[in-house]
Amino acid sequence: MIGNPFVEAAYLVAAVCFILSLMWMSHPSTARRGVQVGEFGMLLAIVGTLLLKEVVDYKLIAAALLLGSAIGVPLAYMMPMTAIPQRTALSHSLGALAVALIGVVEMTKLAGQGAGVSFASVALGFEMMLGFLTCTASVLAFAKLQELVTTRPMVFKGQQLVNLAVFLAAVACAVMLALHPQSGPLLIGFIALAALFGVLLVAPIGGADMPTVIALLNAYAGLAASAMGFALGNKLLIITGALDGASGFILAVIMCKAMNRSFANVMFGGFGQVVAGAEGAGEARPVRSASQEDAAMMLENATSVVIVPGYGMAVAQAQHKVSELYLSLTNKGVDVRFAIHPVAGRMPGHMNVLLAEANVPYEKLIEMDEINGDLPTTDVALIIGANDVVNPAARDDPKSAIAGMPIIEADKARTVMVIKRSMKPGFAGIENDLYYLDKTHMLFGDAKDFVAGMVKELSGGGGH
Amino acid sequence: MRTAFDPDLIAVFVLAAFLGFQLIKRVSSLLHSPLMSLTNAIAAVAVVGAIIILGEEHASPLAKVLGFVAVTAATVNLVSGFLITDRMLKMFKKGSPK
Repeated sequence: MIGNPFVEAAYLVAAVCFILSLMWMSHPSTARRGVQVGEFGMLLAIVGTLLLKEVVDYKLIAAALLLGSAIGVPLAYMMPMTAIPQRTALSHSLGALAVALIGVVEMTKLAGQGAGVSFASVALGFEMMLGFLTCTASVLAFAKLQELVTTRPMVFKGQQLVNLAVFLAAVACAVMLALHPQSGPLLIGFIALAALFGVLLVAPIGGADMPTVIALLNAYAGLAASAMGFALGNKLLIITGALDGASGFILAVIMCKAMNRSFANVMFGGFGQVVAGAEGAGEARPVRSASQEDAAMMLENATSVVIVPGYGMAVAQAQHKVSELYLSLTNKGVDVRFAIHPVAGRMPGHMNVLLAEANVPYEKLIEMDEINGDLPTTDVALIIGANDVVNPAARDDPKSAIAGMPIIEADKARTVMVIKRSMKPGFAGIENDLYYLDKTHMLFGDAKDFVAGMVKELSGGGGH
Repeated sequence: MRTAFDPDLIAVFVLAAFLGFQLIKRVSSLLHSPLMSLTNAIAAVAVVGAIIILGEEHASPLAKVLGFVAVTAATVNLVSGFLITDRMLKMFKKGSPK
């Protein structure tokens, strides 16, 4: 349908650029080059499109490009790193919205021509379905991450039946639209159903499962773009959408594995609303607590320290203080490393970005599988705002709600320290036996304040 | 628009998806957040479809309105996506901080 050899060539080179971009993303040393080649590919694709003879009216295009840039640039520079999960959810919804709206326009065009069923009309069904559901699902994910709505799963009786009914109704509309493209109430009804399904899909998902869901929405947004490529006969869109879809699915699979759960369980499990109180609630078991002074001394006298950060560190915005602690201990000759669980935080790679922002060198950020072997010879494991990812019950208690989930084996370290506000159980509502071990010291307080206090002690400026 | 079934397009999709799996598998888990914002920016290439709709001769008012929104939304994504990916990557430093 394109037919212009220059544009075809531009699209082909753009596709190659995107592939190189992902290839160079594999390592921090080449990743920035990956961004540059991606930008170049994008420029080629846009310039090529503007040269198409079908494109005659540039005024609105220029206005929209300028408006989008005017919003996009400040969004990129002003967004704090702690809000990266929210930004990602927001951009999934914008991307999916663009794709879905294009689908609507193409569908009305087909309807205007009185066309029957075609390859394009089927592809448009997929495009709009994935586009609208991803759009509303991502908006709800954004609202949950921003805590505009509760981060707990929203569940009601018969939920799965309602979801199934809405989904089937949307699919039925899509089939009818594909058979007889039309722009009337059926199209509007279809849009409403797909959008509603997106909301229903994310409503029962709790905060701790957000990494998987964000990855999955990434995949859907990519597939929607691919479907658009099928409808328009545009190979660049098909390739790009497939790359994006593959990326989202791989990340989602990694997240699921890191929680020892299946896709189905994440999507329909309603994790984190029932288990609270089921086990060991009420009985107050003794714990040992320690002061900032004691904790600082133990860290100072250690040879090796492993810090395990979790979402709590992000909430308390403690990453800069943690980095100061890292620096202070390193300067005293202590070997300090960070143990990163794949699902720590609210999106894949969340902890890495926060710690990198705070100037921790990336070779000190160690993956779970790599660091677990070293923990038995580690003097101190310092847990900051993590809970379920260090819960030994996942390994030892087959009846636990998180049984089988791979954990960072902090309990094997010689001494364990846990910074925590109170003894309230974590997100999954599961008791953590780690807190009651003889070698565990609980450090009660706000993560940021407590770490800042320890840094002060270490620099010799303690308040006493 | 494509009206006939074109097996070439399916082949392109399957090969690209396969390539995508191979490429993404090799991305260090360190970089999973920037990877997401990068793929997001790249997927905003959907802007080309929106540009065609918006720039066509005799575009209907509906096409103009929806096309305008689509170009704007996709541009926000591609601009902020590339910029924020680079912002994140700049922070990943090797060696001991001074």
